[in-house]
Amino acid sequence: MSHRTFLWFILPSLVAMLVFIALPLVSVAIQSLHVEHEQVLVVTKNCGPFGCKEETSVDFEATQKLSENRPLGRFNGLGTYFDRGHLATEEVALAWTSRTSLGGFLSSLYNLPFYRAMAFTLTYTFLVTPMVIALGFLIALGVNRIPPALKGPTIFVSLLPMIVTPLIGSLILFWMIDAQGVIGKNLQWLFDDPALSLKASPWLTWLTLFIYGIWHSAPFAFVVFYAGLQTVNTDSLEAAQLDGANRWQQIRYVVIPHLMPLVVFIALIQLMDNFRVFEPIVGFSAEANATSLSYIIFSDLRGDVIRFNSASATSVLTVIGVAILLMPVLIRTWRDFKGKTV
Amino acid sequence: MAGQANKSTRMLMVISTTMVIIWIIIASFPFLWTLWGSFKVQGDFFSKADWRYALWGTRTMVETGGAFTGSGYEGAWIQEEFWRAALNTFVVVFFTVIISLTLGTLGGYALARSGQNYAFWLLMIALVFRAMPHITLVSGYLLPFFQWNLWGHLPTTIIVLVAINQPFTLWMLHSFFLNIPKDLDESAKVDGCTQFQAFRHVIIPVMWPGVITTGLFSFLLAYNDFAVTSMLLNEGNRTMVPAIAGFLGSTFEEGNVMFAVASVVSATAPLFILVMFFQRQIVSGLTAGAVKG
Repeated sequence: MSHRTFLWFILPSLVAMLVFIALPLVSVAIQSLHVEHEQVLVVTKNCGPFGCKEETSVDFEATQKLSENRPLGRFNGLGTYFDRGHLATEEVALAWTSRTSLGGFLSSLYNLPFYRAMAFTLTYTFLVTPMVIALGFLIALGVNRIPPALKGPTIFVSLLPMIVTPLIGSLILFWMIDAQGVIGKNLQWLFDDPALSLKASPWLTWLTLFIYGIWHSAPFAFVVFYAGLQTVNTDSLEAAQLDGANRWQQIRYVVIPHLMPLVVFIALIQLMDNFRVFEPIVGFSAEANATSLSYIIFSDLRGDVIRFNSASATSVLTVIGVAILLMPVLIRTWRDFKGKTV
Repeated sequence: MAGQANKSTRMLMVISTTMVIIWIIIASFPFLWTLWGSFKVQGDFFSKADWRYALWGTRTMVETGGAFTGSGYEGAWIQEEFWRAALNTFVVVFFTVIISLTLGTLGGYALARSGQNYAFWLLMIALVFRAMPHITLVSGYLLPFFQWNLWGHLPTTIIVLVAINQPFTLWMLHSFFLNIPKDLDESAKVDGCTQFQAFRHVIIPVMWPGVITTGLFSFLLAYNDFAVTSMLLNEGNRTMVPAIAGFLGSTFEEGNVMFAVASVVSATAPLFILVMFFQRQIVSGLTAGAVKG
């Protein structure tokens, strides 16, 4: 295909991506370097019978005019990045110098909103992803052994947690674990603790979010592994059987190596998707105990005063996080690609 | 020896069957429970006394006289005008899918047939774009959209969703087109067709299975989106998912939470039907990317 034809074919799609994905990233970067205008102050001399007084007041009109003329605000450099709401360099330095123990340092770090969100996002990403892979694999092994007539309906039911809107899925579970809902009530009965509430403690909230994440994503891993199991070479399985391999050994030495490329694929997709965890926090109303990077951007944009600079700075930091996360994949693909051309 | 092997096989069978049954319950029970509970009053679905009230509808009997009530649905669809949100969702999803597929088919075809270095790099860039959390992009849109008065309109949201959808659509269609033999359009070109004519007359007739599968995933992305639709649409024209979130924020009072339950069930129903009819395509779509690596 000639370069010209290629360009015409790809152009609409490319323009859409440039304008609505690449440019917004530039816009985010620019916004993060600015901060809203200071209020315009006017000093008026007020002279009364007891002498003159200088009064400072806010000139609302001028302030509004200024922000209308220059909606970006004033230039602030990297100020927003290092403030208390983001990297909080001063606070971190202070916490480090005045630390009594590593645990104390970490807990004072956890009190800063950005690090708090970071802690949850990373824990969620690196806990849910392997659990999803493990659970998906087990379900695939199980479903592979049931009678063929039952496979269709089983796959149908299995797809539901993944297909359903994340916000709706988390709401459905949230209502069930409510202290007055079916699971919440039964847990109270089980642990004999009528005050038990999964929303009350941070750790239980984290746990419910992790369980939701696994419930939501396990079907994806399951379907991919199930399809992979259909292509396992039966000859090598039989050969292993003849050599006296038991079931576990067959799985360990024949099936798992065969599925390894799929594990990489699922891990990649899951890392990307789990890193942007957002809807479950809204659905479970968990923001008091768990926030993610996406969530703090959302709440900056949602507040009474929209804090563009703060949201943008967090966005840039999140994008850097995504880049770091993807780095191994990109380097690997680059090596493969170079190997191919050489 | 043989008996022992048999026994351990049966043992394994029991374990794996039990596991599948437990998984089926975990996967389906929340939906069945919520569907059942959506026809009860709040006193049953969120029972202070006993969770079994939701099964028999004890409070529902007292309050409405029957074991089932449609008051949640009535409140959501008529009183709170959930039908508007449903209509908006339909418009947004319909146009997002159509436009995504049109752009994606052309682009994916070009990427699959080019074989140049830049095609590879475009796919890599698309992969990086695919990983961007949507909300980071939204924070880039918001200020310019406010300035240029683009905020709060359905077309804006549709175009944004199309763009966010593109990386994924390109990847998927690219791998589908790779599976269509190159000889097909090559021979058409030998017969004197231009590339576009070859695409139009030879490729389009055979590409539908891949396009339908990709369309299903575009549909899911647009239908399930919360980050973009909740930030870019105003209260008057928002879609179903932000509308449900709105029910919770503003009206957490007696009875009204059942509006949210009813609308959650209503919004889930189309997805059920979708999976029912297109299960095979969804499964093949999920695995298409994996097979290609």
